[in-house]
Amino acid sequence: MTMKTPLGAVRGLGSAKNGTHHWWLQRLTAIALIPLTVWLTASIVGLIGADYETVRTWVSIPLVAILLALFLAATLYHLKLGLQVVIEDYVHHEGAKLAAQMTVTFAAIIIAAASIFAVLSVAFEG
Amino acid sequence: MVEFRLPKNSRVKSGKTHKAPAGAKKVKRFKVYRWSPDDGENPRMDTYEVDLASCGPMVLDALIKIKNETDPTLTFRRSCREGVCGSCAMNIDGTNTLACTKAIDDVKGDVSVTPLPHMEVVKDLVPDLTRFYAQYASIQPWLQSATPAPDKERAQSKEDRAKLDGLYECILCACCSTSCPSYWWNGDRYLGPAILLQAYRWLIDSRDENTGARLDNLEDPFRLYRCHTIMNCTSTCPKGLNPAKAIAEIKKMMVARQG
Repeated sequence: MTMKTPLGAVRGLGSAKNGTHHWWLQRLTAIALIPLTVWLTASIVGLIGADYETVRTWVSIPLVAILLALFLAATLYHLKLGLQVVIEDYVHHEGAKLAAQMTVTFAAIIIAAASIFAVLSVAFEG
Repeated sequence: MVEFRLPKNSRVKSGKTHKAPAGAKKVKRFKVYRWSPDDGENPRMDTYEVDLASCGPMVLDALIKIKNETDPTLTFRRSCREGVCGSCAMNIDGTNTLACTKAIDDVKGDVSVTPLPHMEVVKDLVPDLTRFYAQYASIQPWLQSATPAPDKERAQSKEDRAKLDGLYECILCACCSTSCPSYWWNGDRYLGPAILLQAYRWLIDSRDENTGARLDNLEDPFRLYRCHTIMNCTSTCPKGLNPAKAIAEIKKMMVARQG
């Protein structure tokens, strides 16, 4: 129960003075992912049936390793930004919201670190 | 958390049926949401059979006929009956629109009439728009200028005046905001399409000098950026306006001032 006026409630804690950066990066990563995804899909289709050595040689091409790492970084950053918005939309319990946001952030960073490490270790294996 | 079922005391039950008078020539059934704060009952859908042979063409005509001839307890807002005041906004046949400009003939089968979605109901078809109006007040919808007022009118070029077309026509009926899922889930913090279209109306007005402060007040993950371009606002607007585009323009202004 509160006797706050409707205008007082709407003004709330005031404007956070951010959101533009988040919005812009979500679009930027989306645009980056268009060529990266097309390239990756075409490459994987081209490698269907290839043996391990062929794929390893392909991954160890510097441009390929760099593009794979960029694809993973952009995907996981985009994923983190997107899930953050979904949680803000639907989870209204403060504790659950905080826990969900932390889980998503940590998971995205861990998956990004592990998968980029995997690409590099395959690339540098030979 | 989002609730997927209505609370127990809000679940809609089937209600009474009011038959058309004997000798009715062209009967149409109206299923109307009824709820009163006074009797402790759940909301219900009452069915009214209306003889269209003695009724005006619009849904509002039928509601007025029901209230006059069948059931004076039916409660709804209306005023201008020509799509200018925005009072009779409600959900008709699944779409938010104005009862006064929605033709009965455009609805196939029975006509369902419910209040604007996801708002507190005052009674029957009357939603509580208190917060909606407070959100409107929060964007300070008036011309703000530090330059002393000129002796005559404030000059505006024809091109600058044209930028207000598609914005000034908004009648604040709340059809768009209450059709927006983001406004349903976060209406306490998200300003919603109607208010953001109004905000843009002042942002783009060449006579206004407070654009920066207005943008400051909107730059917020919830106030502005809860818009996920779902586009319900634009498809439901009974005046044919495009709130989604106005919001996109605000987002472009936010980026433009970054660098």
